[in-house]
Amino acid sequence: MQIYLPIADLPVNVFVILAMGLAVGFISGMFGIGGGFLMTPLLIFLGISPAVAVASVTGHIAASSMSGAISYWRRRAIDLALAFMLLAGGIVGTAFGVWLFTLLRAIGQLDITIGISYVLLLGIVGALMVFESVRAILRARQGKPVELRRPGSHTWIHGLPFKLRFKRSRIYVSAVPVWGIGFIIGFVGAVMGIGGGFLLVPMLIYVLRVPTATVIGTSMVLTLVTMASATVMHAATNHLVDALLALFLMVGGVIGAQFGARAGQQMRGERLRLLLGLLVLAVGIRFALDLVLPPETIYSIRPVDPEA
Amino acid sequence: MTPRAAFSLLVTLGALAASSAPAAAERLVASLSNHRVMVTSNFTGEELVLFGGIEQDSASRPRRGGYDIVVTVTGPRQTTVTFRKARVLGIWVNADSRVFENAPAYLAVLSNRPLDAITNTETLRRLQLGLDNIPLPQRASVNIADAASDDPFRLAFIKLKSDHGLYREASNGVTFLTPTLFRASIPLPAEVPVGTYEVDVRLFADGAQIARTPSPFEVYKSGFEQIVTAAARDHGLLYGLATAMMAIATGWFASVVFRRD
Repeated sequence: MQIYLPIADLPVNVFVILAMGLAVGFISGMFGIGGGFLMTPLLIFLGISPAVAVASVTGHIAASSMSGAISYWRRRAIDLALAFMLLAGGIVGTAFGVWLFTLLRAIGQLDITIGISYVLLLGIVGALMVFESVRAILRARQGKPVELRRPGSHTWIHGLPFKLRFKRSRIYVSAVPVWGIGFIIGFVGAVMGIGGGFLLVPMLIYVLRVPTATVIGTSMVLTLVTMASATVMHAATNHLVDALLALFLMVGGVIGAQFGARAGQQMRGERLRLLLGLLVLAVGIRFALDLVLPPETIYSIRPVDPEA
Repeated sequence: MTPRAAFSLLVTLGALAASSAPAAAERLVASLSNHRVMVTSNFTGEELVLFGGIEQDSASRPRRGGYDIVVTVTGPRQTTVTFRKARVLGIWVNADSRVFENAPAYLAVLSNRPLDAITNTETLRRLQLGLDNIPLPQRASVNIADAASDDPFRLAFIKLKSDHGLYREASNGVTFLTPTLFRASIPLPAEVPVGTYEVDVRLFADGAQIARTPSPFEVYKSGFEQIVTAAARDHGLLYGLATAMMAIATGWFASVVFRRD
C-alpha cells in the first residue's frame, strides 16, 4: 500500500516502513540503543532526503526508547540518578557539538567529517566490543568464572573527586567521568546526528563498570530525553520532521522494541555484547566501503534549502 | 528585464507577427485534461493529457511537410547543487560542485518526431527547445553563466534528473489523431514538486515556428497532506511538541498492550 509522505514529498510503501521500524526496533530494544545509525541510512536508501530522514528518525527513536524504558522500569533496571548525571554532561556536549557542526558546514567539510567519524567510531567501538566479548565467552568456555564485576580493581578513574553512590547500579564513582561520558555522547550525537546509544552502552560497561542489567535501561532513558528534545528542535528550526513517516516508523519500532527487550534479557551479557559489536562493526565497514570504493556515479545532486 | 524574459517577449512578438501574416494563418488551441493536480495521501504520480487542434482558415496554404508540435512543460524553479566526487588520499569525497540557479524542478519536452527532424539546430537553440538547449545557469563564485551544452556538470545534472523521471525528452510524446488534431501525455512522477507548471505548445511547419500557446497547470497538496505541511511550516514548535508527544504516547501504549509481567 503506497502512501504519500507530506514533508518528505514522495510516496512510500507503508509495509516497507513498518517492517523497517520493526527490525530496527527489535535491535534497539535488545541492545538498548536508539538505532539511528541503522535507520537513517535505510531511509536515505529509500530515497528520502538525508535532512528529512535524520529529523524524522529522532521521533522513531524517542518512541522505541519510551517503550523499552517502561519495560526496564518495571524490571527495576533503570538507574535514574545515573541517567540525570549523564544528561547534565550531555546538554553541554550537545551545545558544543552544534557549534562545531555549524563551523564545519561553513567551511564545507561536513560530509567528509561525518563519513570519516562514522568509520572511525563504529570501527573502533565495534572491534573493541567484539574482542572483549569473545575473550569473555572463551574464558567462560574454559570453565573459569566470568569476571563481570571486579570490586577490588581500582583504576585512575576511581581516584577522581566528587564521588557519588549510584544505588541501583551498585557503583561508587566520581561524577567527573559520568559528566565526561555524557558530554561525549551529546557532542557526538549533535555532530553525527545519532542518539549515541551504541557508544554509551560500552562506555558505561567498560569505563564506569555499570552492571549490564542496569546499563540498557539507563541508556534508554537518556536516549528518550535527548531524542524527544531533538524532535522538537528539528521541527522548530528546520521544519523537516515528517510526522507521518515518524508515526509508521514508531508503530513498527515500539512493537519491535518489546520483543527485542525480551530477547535481550534472555541472552547472556557477553553474547549480547558480541552481537552488538558485530553489528556496529558491520555498519562501520559499510561506511568505509562507501568512502573507499569507486562510486557508481561520481555526480550527485541536492536541492539547496531556501533558508541556507 | 532579464535577457531570458526579453527573449521570450521577442519570441512571442515574433509568433504574433507570424500568426497575423496571411501566409501563416493557423491558430493553435490546446487544453489540459486537468489544470489542478491534487497531491493526496494516495498520490503516486499522474498522467496529464493535453489535447490540441490546429485551426486553419481560408488563408491557410497547404503545408508540404505537415505540422509538427513541440510541448515543453516547465515545473517550479529550484536551485540545486551538483557535486562531483574525486579521490583524495584514497577516499572519495565531493571535491567539486556547481550551483544551478533556479533550474526547473521538472522539465518535459514532448514532440511528435525527433526535434532535429522538426527544425534545424540553430532554431532549436534560439527557441531554447530540448534538453540540450534549455538554459541552466550555473553560479561560479559571483558570476552566473550558462555553460556549454556538453559541460560535464550540466550533462550529469540532466542525467540524474532524467533517472528520477523529472527531466525527459520524448520524440513520441505527441500523437497526431488527425492531421490537425493532436494529443500529448505529460507523465508526472510521484516526486514532482508542488507549484505552478508552464506548458508551452509550439506549432511548427516546414521547419519554422508558426504558432504558440500556453496552458499552465498547478500541482498542490490537499486535505491531510496540506494540513500537515502547513502545520510543520507555520507552527514548527507546536508541531514538534505534538510529534514528540505522539512518540511518547506510542511507546507507552505499546508497553501497555504488550505487557506480560
